[in-house]
This record gives sequence, C-alpha cells and structure tokens, in this order.
Amino acid sequence: MLEIRNLYASVGEVEILKGINLKVKAGEVHALMGPNGSGKSTLAFVLAGKPGYVATSGKVTYQGEDLLGMKPEDRARAGVFLSFQHPVEVPGVRLDQFLRAGFNAIHKSKGLEELDPLKFDRMLRQRVKVVGIDPALTKRSVNDGFSGGEKKRNEVLQMAVLEPTLAILDEPDSGLDVDALRTVAQGINQLRSPEKAILLVTHYQRILNYVIPDFVHVLVDGRIVKSGGKELALEIEAEGYEKFEQPQEEAIQSPG
Amino acid sequence: MTTANKEVNTIASQGYKYGFVTDIEADVAPRGLNEDTVRWISAKKSEPDFMLQWRLKAFRYWEKLLQGQETPSWANVHYPPIDYQNMIYYSAPKTKEKLESLDQVDPELLRTYEKLGIPLEEQKRLAGVAVDAIFDSVSIATTFREELAKHGIVFCPFSEALQEHPELVQKYLGSVVPYSDNFYAALNAAVFSDGSFCYIPKGVRCPLELTTYFRINTAETGQFERTLIIADEGSYVSYLEGCSAPMRDENQLHAAVVELITHDNAEIKYSTIQNWYPGNEEGKGGIYNFVTKRGKCQGKNSKISWTQVETGSAITWKYPSVILQGDNSVGEFYSVALTKGYQQADTGTKMTHIGKNTRSKIISKAISAGHGNNTYRGLVKVMPKADNARNFTQCDSLLIGDQCGAHTTPYVEVRNSTAQLEHEAFTSRVDEDMLFYCNQRGLSTEDAQSLIINGFCKEVFQKLPFEFAVEATRLLELNLEGAVG
Repeated sequence: MLEIRNLYASVGEVEILKGINLKVKAGEVHALMGPNGSGKSTLAFVLAGKPGYVATSGKVTYQGEDLLGMKPEDRARAGVFLSFQHPVEVPGVRLDQFLRAGFNAIHKSKGLEELDPLKFDRMLRQRVKVVGIDPALTKRSVNDGFSGGEKKRNEVLQMAVLEPTLAILDEPDSGLDVDALRTVAQGINQLRSPEKAILLVTHYQRILNYVIPDFVHVLVDGRIVKSGGKELALEIEAEGYEKFEQPQEEAIQSPG
Repeated sequence: MTTANKEVNTIASQGYKYGFVTDIEADVAPRGLNEDTVRWISAKKSEPDFMLQWRLKAFRYWEKLLQGQETPSWANVHYPPIDYQNMIYYSAPKTKEKLESLDQVDPELLRTYEKLGIPLEEQKRLAGVAVDAIFDSVSIATTFREELAKHGIVFCPFSEALQEHPELVQKYLGSVVPYSDNFYAALNAAVFSDGSFCYIPKGVRCPLELTTYFRINTAETGQFERTLIIADEGSYVSYLEGCSAPMRDENQLHAAVVELITHDNAEIKYSTIQNWYPGNEEGKGGIYNFVTKRGKCQGKNSKISWTQVETGSAITWKYPSVILQGDNSVGEFYSVALTKGYQQADTGTKMTHIGKNTRSKIISKAISAGHGNNTYRGLVKVMPKADNARNFTQCDSLLIGDQCGAHTTPYVEVRNSTAQLEHEAFTSRVDEDMLFYCNQRGLSTEDAQSLIINGFCKEVFQKLPFEFAVEATRLLELNLEGAVG
C-alpha cells in the first residue's frame, strides 16, 4: 500500500530525513519509534503533504500512485489520514459541520453519496458513541477550548468518520492518562482491518500494550536503524534509545 | 516563505465582477463646487424653496469647515487630500422628463441592472422585494409602487418625495443627522441629488423587503445620496441597500447620509451589502465611502437594527448609529467588514442611551487579508437619565495571512451608575497550519476558507434577509477567491 524509498526531506535549510525506507502492506500496523528530534513527526508531515516539509529526494508510492506529487487534500481524499500530535483549533467552525464538509469532499471525489445534515448526524452520533467522547463536543468549534485529552479523542473520532485507508497517527498517546489512552487505543483498533493500514508514531511503548503492532521500527537521526517485531518496543522500553544512537557529528535542531 | 504562506498572502481580488461601464449619455453638472452648483442642482430638481435654503446653509457651513481645514482626520485611514473642485457633483442619464412605467426606462439601463443581478422588470422580480434603482445621481426606477401604495406606504426617489410629500420631508430631514453633524454630512446636505424616501404609516407591517440599489457610473463623479426612512407608530419595515461601481484608476467619492426614525413600538431593520469597487491589487483607484448613518428610536419600545456587510471601497468610514431616546428602545449593530488588497476600513457604531431601560447590542466581525487594514471604532454612551441601560459588545477579528492589520477602539462613556455594559473580543488568524489541518480532512483551501469565514460571520449573516444572506456569503467567497489552490 505504502512504499517509501530512500526518502530525504528538509524543513527550511535543515535536512531531517536522511534516507528512509519503509514498506507498509494492507492489514498491517507499523509502529515508528524514536527519540525526540529523530524525525518521526517530519515523516508524518511529509507523507501528509504539509507545506514547508519538502522531500528533497527519494520516492513515496501509495496504492501505486506518486504520493509526493499530490496536493494535501487529494491525499486525504485518496484515504491518507493524519492524526495530529497537536490538533489545530478552527474557531467558529462547528465540528459536525467541519466533518461533514470533509466527509462529503472525500465521498464526492470517489463518486460516492454525499450525506445531508440529517443522515450525517445519524452516522456521526453512532461514531461518537464508539469513540466515547461527549456528543456535545460535536456542536462546538473544532478543538476550540477542548482539553488535551478531548483533542486527541477528537482525532480518533475524525478518523472513525472519514474511514481512511492509511492512518498515520502522530503520537496519539502523548499527554493522555490511562483511561483516555485506553479509549484512544480502542478507537484505533476498530480501524484495523485487512484492507487498511496504520503507521503509529510514538515515543513510548505504553500504547503498544493496547495497539499491538506487527512491526516496530526505530528512527534515529532521520534513518530507520532497526526494524523488528513487537518485542523490539519492549527492548526500547527497558533500555532506552541510547544504544541505537550513533555518535553524531553535530546536534541537529529539528521541529519533530 | 513557504508555499501556503504565499498563498495565504496573495489572497486578493479574483477580479471585481461589477466593474463595467454603461455607455449612456449623461446630463452633468459643471465641474467643481460653489453656491451656483448647489443652486443648479436644486433648480434641476425644481425643489421647494425650503430645500434650497437648507442646502445653501449646509454649503456655507461646509465651506467654513474646508477653509478652516477641519476635515475629519481622526479615523485610522490614510489617503491624499481630496480636491473638491476637481469633481463632478451631479450626473444623470438623459431621459424623458417623467417616466410613467418601466417600459420607458432606457433599455441600456435595464441591461445594466440585469448584469448586476437586479432585474427591474417586475415579473422577474425577487419574490417579495421592491427595488429603487439609483444610477449616479438619480433614481431611474422604483418597482412595486402600486402594491405598496395599497398599504399607504410611500417608497419613492427622494426628489419625488420633495414634490409629493414636502411636509414629511421638511419635518424629518436633518432631524437625525443635521447638516452641521460633520464635514461629509454637510457636503452631502449641500449637493445630494437623490436617494430613497420611505414612510410606513401607523400600524403597517411592510409586506415587501424594500431595496435601493446604488450604482456609480460616470467617471470623476461623486455620489451623494440621502435616504430617509420613517416608521410611524407600531409599524415595521425591512430595508436593504446594495452598491457597486465600475473599475477606474482614480478614486471616486461616495458621501451618503441615511436617517432613520422610529416612533412608538415601531421597528426598522436596515441592511447593507456594500460592494463598491475596492481598487486594484496595488491599491490604485476605488471608492472612498464616507457615510453618515444614524437612526433615532424616538418612540418608546421602538427598535432600530443595522446589519452591514462591507466588502468593497478603497476606504470605508462609516458608523451606523442609534440614538435610544424612547424608553425601552433597542438598538442593534451587526457588521462584517472585509478588507483585502490595500483596502482600509474604519467602521463601527455609536449607541447613545437616553431613555430608560434602553438596550443595545453590537456584534462586529472584521476580516483582514492581504495588506488590508480594519479598525473597529465604537462608542457606547449612557446619559444621566438612562436608568438600567444595557449594552453588549463583541468585536472579533479574523486575520488571513501576516501582512494585514486589525484594530479595535471601543469607547465607553457612562453617566448613570445603573448601566450594565459587557465587552468581548477575540482575534484569530487563518494561518497555514489551520488550512493544512482542513486540507488533511479532505477540504480544498478555498472550501476551508469559506467554511472558516462563514463560521466567523454567521451571527451577522443570520440577521440578513434570507435572499441576501446567500448573496452575502457568495460575495465574501468571491472576494477571497484568489491565487489559492
């Protein structure tokens, strides 16, 4: 489904990704772990097409298409979903209306039925239940005044509504207490299916107790230095990232 | 600068749709302004003598202000001095003396309004809307007059009201905005050429939306119209004005005056969709919109509500206000002001509480994009006898990109300790992160923007008559369509 070949990417003048190779097949869950500043969020943003995150060389194909050549909204319409580490507030735009606009844009591009407000509301209410967030949040402005936990759950709700084929989850666990972590993990697990794939970016092993990955990759200084099964995450939990880190020529500042 | 940032920054006019010129022969006053010009205009309209005398007083007052260089300079707008002698103060399309029906209106004029989306032929009308069409200095057609007359409603060009209802005009003209109110009000009083006049008799609820559509066509012409609306006891009227002008390189002046009067238990709802030519992307040309609008809730339990969507003009200088004189009267101001390119807007309201238990509400939404500069300026004044006066003010700003500006200048003057005033304000910025977040949910940048802007403005749009709420939404979308996506 997703194939990343020798991907280099920069933010501004700074090169963050230095040759990423990764293959994700339908039905798989890949966990991408790494210390702060290793390039995890940068990879997520490059895949989603965030302006300013520029792939300088390499190739990314998604369902046989050149992903990097697509506009961000076209990637979303093709089924690529990014759960933001820091969800953005959109004041004045009600969550349910925002989601319906996105849902219908995706459906329209696929030639599927667009839902009127009533039909959409029925579907949304059912998803709200599944994700376990307060239904009143859907009548409020997107993420505006939401708590940290509510924002994270809202990302999972949006994923449940938009039903992506490839979900890239950028630290969906950061800042959550155990209960919230469990509901977020449940929401993620519900997306698992033979047709869909998940790339789960995380700093801590904790969430992987609930979302069991098929593969774990360790990202250090813009490169995947080790790949393995779920036991690799436990190894990191026990020993930290230090042993994967090679001596560096200089400290690299990076936003992700 | 990143790509999206550039996109955000280059949101400019996608092209002004109403910028064409109508080729028609015009009857034009000699360039410049002196007493003779005032007399010329008054004679042109065969006005009663009281009108001419009032104009002349206004002119002399204005001249004094001009000589004393007392032109208003307190607003947060910047423009070179205006040469008042290098302007034309009256221009009218040459037509027959008096039109009996629409069939006699020059087809070229009808086509103009058709192009603007305002069909004047009654069979093609918008359901429930009566239109007065003002072209440069004169009214060219008013629809539905007979229908309105059945209810005793007078809705006609101002010049006609002067002939047919001089007593009403004399009684109310200048009673809310005296000619000495300010520089532009004095100028308007001296040279105003036409406008709409409306009288709703006691107990009548006007069955139609009344609309005036202002169009500036002739070059180097100022438009000075005057609107006077009187709602007698227990009556109700909803009135809407729309405006547009051709694209020209030189600036044109529009200095209008609007006066509203409500008697006991009456209500006037006044909406504006202002789309004057804003100038080009470098800020060349465009209309200077220097307007004085004020309503007086003269009677008890009366209500005046202003709703405005300001998207055009190079410079907007406008403060639709309400004098709350009658006890229990209510004043409202709902505003969306959009500035993009190099547009400047200094707009807001004045609520003057005089009567007891008077209430006012101010909702101002300012949107700035490109190099636009938007200022909210408002005054809430509570007089000593206004027991239990209440005001709620909310002024919000939305910034698109990082080259634009938004300023909020609320003034409060309270002389009664029972007054309750609330003020809320917030500013948000549409930045590339917000747009990317929307893109990531499948929305194009343009759809995302229109969603954000509509969300931001919805409290105001809800106040517009239904047909025009749709138009206002489209207008904003059109204005913000740019080099994006």
